[in-house]
Amino acid sequence: MEYRTVPTTCTYCGCGCSLLLEVIDGMVVGTLPSKSSPVNEGSLCIKGWNVHEFIHSPGRLTRPLIKENGSFREATWDEALDLVASRLKEIKERYGSDSIGVCASAKLTNEENYLIQKFVRAAIGTNNVDHCARL
Amino acid sequence: MIDHVKKRVEELFDSGKIDAFLGLKLVSGHVVPYLFDKKEELENLSIGDHRGAGDARYPLNKILIRLCREYADKRFAVLVRGCDERGLRTLFIWNQLDPQRVIPVGIACPDELARRCECLKPYPNEFVAGEKTEGVGFSMVRRWESLSLSERFNGWMEEFLKCIKCYGCRNICPMCFCKECSLETDELIRRGGFPPEIPIFHLVRAGHMAGRCIDCGLCEEACPAGIPLRALYKRVFEIMRDEFQYETGYTDSKSPLNVGSSIT
Repeated sequence: MEYRTVPTTCTYCGCGCSLLLEVIDGMVVGTLPSKSSPVNEGSLCIKGWNVHEFIHSPGRLTRPLIKENGSFREATWDEALDLVASRLKEIKERYGSDSIGVCASAKLTNEENYLIQKFVRAAIGTNNVDHCARL
Repeated sequence: MIDHVKKRVEELFDSGKIDAFLGLKLVSGHVVPYLFDKKEELENLSIGDHRGAGDARYPLNKILIRLCREYADKRFAVLVRGCDERGLRTLFIWNQLDPQRVIPVGIACPDELARRCECLKPYPNEFVAGEKTEGVGFSMVRRWESLSLSERFNGWMEEFLKCIKCYGCRNICPMCFCKECSLETDELIRRGGFPPEIPIFHLVRAGHMAGRCIDCGLCEEACPAGIPLRALYKRVFEIMRDEFQYETGYTDSKSPLNVGSSIT
C-alpha cells in the first residue's frame, strides 16, 4: 500500500509551475498543484493539471528511432547519437554552419537550454537558435 | 498542536483500528499529501501551516475516495478540518465513502483562517488539536447582494471572462465525484472543440454544487484567474438552506436534489 506525492516542476512551458505527482503503488495517477510554491501559488493551467497523462502512455517513445527506407526502426542511443553527429558534421562541411538551425524547448531546464545555445553557437557555429515558445 | 495529532494517530495504529493515515507531510520544504502506513513515519507529519494558516490545504477527502477504492479491505484515518468533516459527512450520504472504514482526526482552524474563509463552523465536532473559534458569516455574499441586479450581472460576467478554462475548480473539488462529467461527455462538449461559452460552464457547475458544496474553498484557491467562486457557491448553500431547508454538510439526511435511490 503506497500513496505519496512527488514535488516536481511542470514540463509543459517555461513558467516553471510546481506540482505534485500523485503516486499509487509506483504508478503516477494524478497531478495536484503545489500549494506552497511561490511560482504558481496552488494553481495550474489545463496542461499542468494533466501532465501525468503522458508518463505511462503506451504511445510514448522510450528508445531512439532511426528512419530507413521510409520507416522507423529502433536503435541504441550510441547509434542514434553517432548518426546525428556525423550527419550534422557532413551538412556543416558541405553547406556551411548557417544551413543548420536548432529549436530548443520550454520543456528543458534553464541549464539544458544554455547548453543547447552554447552547442549551436560554439560547436555548430551559427546564431540560428530559437525556442518552441515562438513557433 | 501537531503532537496531539501524532498522539491520536499513534493510538489508532496501536489499537489496530486503522491500516493507514492520510495526512500531510513535509517534503523538501513543501507540505504535501501523504499516506502514512506505520506510526514511525509520523515524524515528518505536517498539519498544513506552511507560511500561514491554511496555506497548504489539499483535497484529502478526494484522495481518500481513490484510496478506499484502490485498497478495498483497508481502513483509514484522515486529517480533517471543519470543512473536511462536512465533506466526509456529505460523501457518506452520497455513498462515495464508507463510514465504517474512515476515522476522522480533527483539527480546529485558527481564527485567521476562519475569517478568511468566512466559515460558519471552523472546527469539526471532535478535534484533537487547535481551539474552537467563532463561526463567521458570509459577508462576501452580502457584498455582492448590495449591488444592483445589472451591476451584479455585469460583475459576475467580468469575473467569468477571466476564466482560462483550466478546470482546476473541478479537478480539486472533493465533492466532484461523478463518474461521468458533463465536461467529458462528447455529446455535450466535443473533444478537441472549443470549450463551453462563458458563463455556461460556471453556472452549470454552480448548479451541480447545490447539495454538494461544503464550502472548503479549494476551488477558489486553485483558480489562476482569481474568480471569487466561493461567494457563488456560498450563495448556492444559502439557496439550498432557505428554499429547501437543507444545510449541505451539516446534516446526515439526503439532499432533496438526490432523487435516485442510490448513487454509485
